[in-house]
Amino acid sequence: MSDLLSAQNLFKQFPGVRALDNVSLTVAHQELVAVIGENGAGKSTLMKILAGLQSPDRGQIHFEGQAVVLSGVQAAQSLGIALIHQELVLADNLDAAGNIFLGREPRRGIFIQREVMREKAQRLLDQLGAGFAATTPVSELSLGQRQMVEIAKALSLDAKLLIMDEPTSSLSMRETENLFRVIAGLRKAGLSILYISHRLGEVKHLADRVVALRDGRNAGGLSREEITHDAMVRLMVGRDLSGARPVEARPPGEVVLEVKSLRTQAFPAHEVSFQICRGEMVGLAGLVGAGRTEVLRALFGVEPPLAGEVQVAGKALLARHPEEALAAGLALVPEDRKALGVFLEESVQWNVALTTLKRDAKGGVLVNEKAGAALTEELGRQLRIKAASPDTLVGTLSGGNQQKVVLGKWLALAPKVLLLDEPTRGIDVGAKAEIYQLMEKLAAEGMAVLFASSELEEVLAISDRVLVMHEGRLSGELSRAEATEERIMELATGLSRSDLG
Amino acid sequence: MKKNLGISLLLLLVCVATALGNPNFLIPYNAENLLNWVSLYAIIGVGVSFVIITGGIDLSIGSVVGLVGTMLAWLLTKKGWSVPAALLVTVILSAVIGLVHGLLITKVRLQPFVVTLCGLLIYRGVARWLVHDGTLGFGTAYDGLRWFSNGRIDLPFLGDYRLPVPLVILTVLAGLAAVFLNKTVWGRHLFALGRSEEAARYSGIRTDRLVIVSYVLCSTFAGIGGILFALDVNTVQPASQGNFYELYAIAAAVLGGCSLRGGEGGILGVIIGTALIRILINSINILGIATQLEFVILGVVILLSAITDEVIRRNRGRRQLKTATPTG
Repeated sequence: MSDLLSAQNLFKQFPGVRALDNVSLTVAHQELVAVIGENGAGKSTLMKILAGLQSPDRGQIHFEGQAVVLSGVQAAQSLGIALIHQELVLADNLDAAGNIFLGREPRRGIFIQREVMREKAQRLLDQLGAGFAATTPVSELSLGQRQMVEIAKALSLDAKLLIMDEPTSSLSMRETENLFRVIAGLRKAGLSILYISHRLGEVKHLADRVVALRDGRNAGGLSREEITHDAMVRLMVGRDLSGARPVEARPPGEVVLEVKSLRTQAFPAHEVSFQICRGEMVGLAGLVGAGRTEVLRALFGVEPPLAGEVQVAGKALLARHPEEALAAGLALVPEDRKALGVFLEESVQWNVALTTLKRDAKGGVLVNEKAGAALTEELGRQLRIKAASPDTLVGTLSGGNQQKVVLGKWLALAPKVLLLDEPTRGIDVGAKAEIYQLMEKLAAEGMAVLFASSELEEVLAISDRVLVMHEGRLSGELSRAEATEERIMELATGLSRSDLG
Repeated sequence: MKKNLGISLLLLLVCVATALGNPNFLIPYNAENLLNWVSLYAIIGVGVSFVIITGGIDLSIGSVVGLVGTMLAWLLTKKGWSVPAALLVTVILSAVIGLVHGLLITKVRLQPFVVTLCGLLIYRGVARWLVHDGTLGFGTAYDGLRWFSNGRIDLPFLGDYRLPVPLVILTVLAGLAAVFLNKTVWGRHLFALGRSEEAARYSGIRTDRLVIVSYVLCSTFAGIGGILFALDVNTVQPASQGNFYELYAIAAAVLGGCSLRGGEGGILGVIIGTALIRILINSINILGIATQLEFVILGVVILLSAITDEVIRRNRGRRQLKTATPTG
């Protein structure tokens, strides 16, 4: 048997949900297998089972030809299977070395041999080309660097199979590229990798083989030559998705949002100026930390700007509070949907009607439940929110439907300018297309749409115009015709692509 | 509402058990007194529930009760102020205390626990200093005013039983509070703020203003309670008047379904919670249980209620998981 890992006919039942329904998966030595699938397809359950976090109801797992029972994380680790978590789980108050050897510190008697531990940790980090000291406190490391710590920890355990769950979901482009280099190095060193990602571009770039899951079942696989974006989407969704891209750019209307010399609290030294027209969809691209979120937050008054001139439909606005921005006709769909966009423990109607309570109040004071119900009904249909009833708690909805609730909450106010921060983060492919179509429709109806996104495919697919930010400044503006992945990357990194190597 | 049902049943159970154990429990004198006390405590409980719904806490309630009671007695008997002036000043004082709490919490960004803990110390100290720790009595000169705290209204259909005036006051205040919380836009915004202050702000809600309003309401209710408590006992000892009342109020709110995490709670629940606490204490007295055990019994009941609540919450979560769309 040449496979490193072979999992056959796995079943896993959760209350009311069959998470895995006869799933099989093999990984050969030095192979990188990407597991793709929409939210709820069973990817995470499969990974948790392979990492020993959960046990399957039925099924066999062979590792290096031996039948094994993964009874816990320790059991999996001792075999050589290590999971790099989606949310990195490190002790903030320890240094990198302390985290790498947490619970396995080299000791003499009851005392930790710090020097030995640090030396060993440094060797592992250098091997990864991490470029920071093992004595750095984790709290001072960036997300990408923390990931290196996790990987170093896996290496210190002599891992043969690394499971990476959405490893790039919160990395900047530069950190992502570094991660890819590390992955290439790990494979040369003989490791196999199971790679889970929403980002199909990455999968295409990295994977030897793709395994797709759908509704807890195997939905097919693709060999290296067969991997294309469309083929992957077809496997995940089970049907073809028509691109959201309109045939031609819309003719812009009059200027609705005019921003002059805006200075944000995060980048007080830099001024940002741009205009957005009625019916225009503008993408705001850039690396993580380039200041996109800060511009949106400043415009919306969440983090009031230090200075600048903002005009919404000809009226001056420098919002000190979101209420003022709303009154002027701005709305913001925030990046962190669960924490800032919706109230998970409340119902769909409660959420959707929240922003219109005042407008629709009886006598300006009393909540008008009837108006709220009518509004929810109307927007639910318009946005195709999939919920059992208006009383369904938003926390039980899928990410895509939660995002529609956020959109609904703002559309109820008929804003002139819609700001969106990472509008499709954590949303599965099918629902993404729906969100794009909604954004298109709103622009077509005359709304000015400005959205920040880290996904270049997304920016390229739906923008009429692309603004690119780099370290707090607007580093360039590209028309639809000019915008290519390369041009955006040049502007976003502040260097030309070839310099990146 | 299911939650209120559970605690109402418990309340009924305690009443029936006590009535069976000692028939005196139901005689007009005891029943009226009991309702009188329940009403006074419930007023401050209703006040604190606003703050708890925002996810905050007010530890200064007992000291506000003490300070307001002392001030009222001092202004009336030592300073010779007229009744309306003294009432007005004490109520305004308590509102200002709440305003200061709210401003410190929202503008200076101090934690509610710290702000109101300092309040607890300061107002108690001021009350004692004001009258040099002396005991002040209203005497018999203010019996008309004292009607508000211990008056009884004869109603034809109640037979020997009479309606305590504080119960009327509570009904009015609680009714207003319930309408505010459940029917008005501000109430809805207050719950949103309690669920998540940031998300509420992102929805265009002026969260700072609402937090300030809730602390002003809390202290004002404590002030009104303080006036009534002082009139009820008729002699005010600044060192002890209102001691621990904040804890009774918070316990009642928790018993009545307020979550200290914020975002959950209701007025009716708080009133039932207060009733349960007061009636338990009354039961301990008239059933001849050692009064040393009073706090033990209270503590155990509140703890059991919290455990039940958590178990129910978890089961509900599990049920929803069954019907929910799976993620990941």
